[in-house]
Amino acid sequence: MANFFLDNKDLRFHLDHPLMKKMVELKEKGYQDKDQYDYAPADFEDAMDSYRRVMEITGEVCADVLAVNAEEVDHTGPTVVDDRVVYAPGTQRNLDALVKAGLSGITLPRRFDGLNFPLICFVMTNEMVSRGDAGFENIWGLQDCAETLNEFASEEIKAKYLPRVSAGETCAMDLTEPDAGSDLQAVKLKAHWDEQKQTWLLNGVKRFITNGDGEISLVLARSEEGTKDARGLSMFVYDKRSGATKVRRIENKLGIKGSPTCELVFTNAPAELVGDRKMGLIKYVMSLMNAARLGVSAQAVGISEASYREALKYAHERQQFGKPIIEFPAVYEILSNMKAKLQGSRALLYETTRFVEIYKDYIHWSHDRKLEPEERAEMKEYSKLADAFTPLLKLFATEYANQEAYDAIQVLGGSGYMKDYPVERYYRDARITNIYEGTSQLQVVAAIRHVTTGTYLARIKQYEAEAQYPSDMETVFKQLVSMREDYEKCVARVTDGADGEQIDFHARRMVEMAGHIIISHLLMRQAASADMYRVSAEIYAKLAQGKVSEAKTYIFNSCCGDIDLFKAVIDENVEDL
Amino acid sequence: MKKPLKIVVLAKQVPDTRNVGKDAMKADGTVNRAALPAIFNPEDLNALEQALILKDTRPGSTVLLLTMGPHRAADIIRDAMYRGADGGVLLTDRKFAGADTLATSYALSRALLKIGPDIIIAGRQAIDGDTAQVGPQVAEKLGIPQVTYAEEILSLEDDNTGIVVKRRLDHGVEVVSGPLPIVITINGSAAPCRPQHAKRVMKYKHARIPTELQEMDTDYTRMYQEKDYLKIGEWSVADVEADDAQLGLAGSPTKVKAIENVVFQAKEAKRLTSADADIDQLMAELIASHTLG
Repeated sequence: MANFFLDNKDLRFHLDHPLMKKMVELKEKGYQDKDQYDYAPADFEDAMDSYRRVMEITGEVCADVLAVNAEEVDHTGPTVVDDRVVYAPGTQRNLDALVKAGLSGITLPRRFDGLNFPLICFVMTNEMVSRGDAGFENIWGLQDCAETLNEFASEEIKAKYLPRVSAGETCAMDLTEPDAGSDLQAVKLKAHWDEQKQTWLLNGVKRFITNGDGEISLVLARSEEGTKDARGLSMFVYDKRSGATKVRRIENKLGIKGSPTCELVFTNAPAELVGDRKMGLIKYVMSLMNAARLGVSAQAVGISEASYREALKYAHERQQFGKPIIEFPAVYEILSNMKAKLQGSRALLYETTRFVEIYKDYIHWSHDRKLEPEERAEMKEYSKLADAFTPLLKLFATEYANQEAYDAIQVLGGSGYMKDYPVERYYRDARITNIYEGTSQLQVVAAIRHVTTGTYLARIKQYEAEAQYPSDMETVFKQLVSMREDYEKCVARVTDGADGEQIDFHARRMVEMAGHIIISHLLMRQAASADMYRVSAEIYAKLAQGKVSEAKTYIFNSCCGDIDLFKAVIDENVEDL
Repeated sequence: MKKPLKIVVLAKQVPDTRNVGKDAMKADGTVNRAALPAIFNPEDLNALEQALILKDTRPGSTVLLLTMGPHRAADIIRDAMYRGADGGVLLTDRKFAGADTLATSYALSRALLKIGPDIIIAGRQAIDGDTAQVGPQVAEKLGIPQVTYAEEILSLEDDNTGIVVKRRLDHGVEVVSGPLPIVITINGSAAPCRPQHAKRVMKYKHARIPTELQEMDTDYTRMYQEKDYLKIGEWSVADVEADDAQLGLAGSPTKVKAIENVVFQAKEAKRLTSADADIDQLMAELIASHTLG
């Protein structure tokens, strides 16, 4: 009986973070549910004990069911029969197992049959699910659509849909269209109010919709006729039971092959408006996307975990030149770097989750009562941090997942290239993570304002101020301080009197500098409380130093004319080559 | 109108002999229980699933887990509750200790007389003894019919008068029917048990037998007074009005003479190539030994 929770000390470490106490208390609102629900906790220890037990169940299902089915699902994939999606048999078994274990609706309030667990537990389930089968994480992780309903929809809509999510129904977020990908302002799918039927009706086509045939769909549609931008878009919830959509086709993809990616046709599909009209893209999709970015980051960390484990196991077993290959410097360096990046991306994943958690909890509190001034201030602070850390996390975790899977294949060599080992699947699965829910390039666009306004710098300085390290960690700490100074110099040079294009050109370099320094601090903090992080903290700091100095060299050797060098490509066409 | 059922699942907490390490046996040839994790006997989990399927189709039915063992065997009762059982009873008393299958089935039958179930379901056999005797012996002691090697319960009369069961045997499948009350033992080929359910785990995690309650640091007296479902039964010899002479070592005619540690020798292995001649020879051998055909 394998278990993806019990076999993972790093994951368990994050469940025991000191901030948990605050988060659980915010979430449980004085443990008010304890007399009404027989499964509600009576106090903090009781709650933590429940989280551990439920994560253990998840870990078992992920290891014994999902991981076992993954290869078959990858080869079989879903099909379309009579305009409906039919999951691969293994996918269906995965879903059944998780639903039977009562793991749906994990963060939803108990009055909607949810478990009312903190977001961190949901992120952990996503990570473990992804380690078992990354493609299945798409279907499972889309439950976060329910969180958006819980935050913004009417009581009537919540009462109708949320218990169904808790009972195991799956969701989809229908945003993308053939001509509206990264630029969602261009969404055309039409919503009009039908007086006679007293309902909104949806007409049009959505494309690249993950789990598009899920039971409950959130649909971004143009409700304001004649408009062309974001202000004409509203969010709707569509119930598959009304039978007014058809799956025209599913895509044949490089990876996550168990996850059906659908082209959907809506024909007079009845739907209910979520929240306010015209706020679809501006408010609700932003919320959905932020949650989805956390989900994809968890998916990426799950792939990294799976990749590192396969590589480590193989490097011990494989003998060449009379010894296990892990004993060769070229191999042990790859593996050590893999571990540092894995633990680094996980550290950033849960730091970000904690920020999101706390500000979301305050939002829910604010629906019940007026927040105290200090609570409002705290909510604002955590909201800003969540906003700054989410794109940084998505950027790092997904790029690292790609690197980890790539390195895992490298460690396995020719064997890793074969279908006999799962690493080639991890490699294919990882490749989408830095594309969907906003490409890495778009994460940089979202993150850069926190470079220019100083959110990252302030947080780094706070980490420095809070640092309490034993003397043998002092040297590394000093390196981090010096990296921060370099980062400040670079930001000053790029932003000083420069136009927007100059900032955009160096944006990724600066965002990545900030990310490397932040991850270094997070690992150092972990190392200060648990020895098992010492090695990764030091190794990551070395990687970070290299990256920071590379970026600094680039930025300081770059003058304004440089951009024109790169813009030359705009005038080049394939025919001219 | 379907009548609710009272179902008892017989189960055993066993050392996990499937993952045996070097220190699994002591020098004297007995099992080193400390080195092996205690688990829910695998086929008893298959039995529990059959009971829970019946309960699903019969609203109002109850599933109780009955086990005999030391106090820590209460773990498997809790595990069963996490998966869907309503509760359970632990038969525990020094006088039960050292029982063979005969003494065990006597003790269990005394407890079953007290409970009075419609259906008793057990795993075919436990992985520590592999005797497959306890289920059938319980049926004999109670004087009721038994169906062994069952794989699936196919149907049940609405008024609970008869049950139809599919048996999985070496030579094929057999469908049999019998009247209630009845003992059914379940094969490992039956449906696997459903996982622990998150909400049930949180609801029942504080369930305890009275002895465990006394040993707890925190005082949960109030909680247990308010929440009856947290009480797990703990019965002694006196509780089931059993005859001391038929219990424990005294009631066990089986005597273990010696235990031998068998180590498979590598020389029993044979290397074959993919050449036709080698395959032909292997086929001939397998057919001769009745492994095939």
